[in-house]
Amino acid sequence: MVKNPFIKQLFGSFLDLAPILVVVLVFQVLVIRQPIPDVANLVAGTLFVILGLTLFVQGLEQSLFPIGESMAYAFARKGSLFWLLVFAFCLGFGTTVAEPALIAIAQEAASIAAKAGIIGQTGDAKDSYALGLRITVALSVGFAILVGVLRIIRGWPLYYLIIGGYCGVILMTPFAPPEIIGIAYDSGGVTTSTITVPLVTALGVGLATAIKGRNPMVDGFGLIAFASLTPMVFVMAYGVLR
Amino acid sequence: MIDWISQFALVLLATCRDVLPIAAIIIGFQVLVIRKPLAHPKKMLVGFVYVLLGIAFFLKGLEMALFPLGKLMAAQLTNPEFLGINPGEQDVSWQAYYWVYIFAASIGFATTLAEPSLLAVAWKAQQISGGAIQALGLRIAVSIGVAFGIALGAFRIVTGTELYYYIVVGYIIVLIQTLFAPKLIIGLAYDSGGVTTSTVTVPLVTALGLGLASAVPGRNPLLDGFGLIAFASLFPIMAVLGYAQIAGWRNKSSLSSKP
Repeated sequence: MVKNPFIKQLFGSFLDLAPILVVVLVFQVLVIRQPIPDVANLVAGTLFVILGLTLFVQGLEQSLFPIGESMAYAFARKGSLFWLLVFAFCLGFGTTVAEPALIAIAQEAASIAAKAGIIGQTGDAKDSYALGLRITVALSVGFAILVGVLRIIRGWPLYYLIIGGYCGVILMTPFAPPEIIGIAYDSGGVTTSTITVPLVTALGVGLATAIKGRNPMVDGFGLIAFASLTPMVFVMAYGVLR
Repeated sequence: MIDWISQFALVLLATCRDVLPIAAIIIGFQVLVIRKPLAHPKKMLVGFVYVLLGIAFFLKGLEMALFPLGKLMAAQLTNPEFLGINPGEQDVSWQAYYWVYIFAASIGFATTLAEPSLLAVAWKAQQISGGAIQALGLRIAVSIGVAFGIALGAFRIVTGTELYYYIVVGYIIVLIQTLFAPKLIIGLAYDSGGVTTSTVTVPLVTALGLGLASAVPGRNPLLDGFGLIAFASLFPIMAVLGYAQIAGWRNKSSLSSKP
């Protein structure tokens, strides 16, 4: 009986994954009409994904959400805006700078810049370009979480920030070098990782619950949204300044 | 078997390395600033280990099963031979790529449904809205948005139109929708744009974009291959806002029809 919720969750994870399997199998067999390579690995890998998703959801409820919320309450009780903002910035910066998807896209961007002749073809020039890009994106996410938290505390409407971000993106685009635009637009989506999202969401919702006069539904969400807008603006600025 | 275990250990190690800065920040602030112990340290630690193991298994499994196959399929579908295009031909109509659009939409829908970050946000939304927002309904709305976004993004790569125009028009639509949407849903809708594209979707979609940009004559993979992710984070916002709008209208009409 003890294992019942776990097994239920395993089944739930399987259902979550089933559409991918259906799409892949139908296209491979009916449309492309090629045999499925390496069936053993496919089955084993799928079982891994199901198990991983199940463990993740368990840990989410037990750990990531409570941590984010308890920190939000603790900061709200402490009443120190300065430390809360420092924490918000560190959380955004720290979780993004080491994000594997960002590292991959920064290297891609460096090789594009080298091919376009913006920077030298040497490995050193590419590495410093990629690192600069990563720091830029991480700074922008830290900035976004900081402003987003400030918004929750002050009770500003979310769409002010979003419209501001949109204007930033639209105004920057004509000035940015064309090679960087696609990457800048994509970098907004890749910055928010699987661990950051639950933590940041719990922080926002927790703050909005703890502060009087805020509604967790209206004010609690939106941190992630702003954190996926600012990287676009910052990366294009980086492209202009380089 | 030993080989397999060492490979898994490597993935687990990499996950730990990625988590290290987050753990350091949380512990640092907890100890130095808040100066209060966590409520259930043991339970949280166990939960954290679950998260680490879960992500490691998840990534390893994707790497073993779905990524190679997904990338292979993206390559096969964008192969000029499969599409029946003469490689020397420069002027191919965009309809020739219809399988690519269908694949883009289906894989976008399916991978988003399995995205762990979206799962987390949807679950939280259901919890604090007291069930007024159903986690599964939200996830399906987001997935439909991603499916449409990626299919349109593939169309953009094939036709070679400017990414900029699509994004600007998309923003304008989102702003107009924001004016009319119920206030409660706005934050959640914006957030769902950012969370859709992470662990599962990004690698598959990037492979599709780059493959498509190399296959279509006259496209440069460096210039045209990117931008699908941007589409995949814009359209879920519209989908969720639209979903809330429709749900709001239906509630209103059912209320007014009752005496």
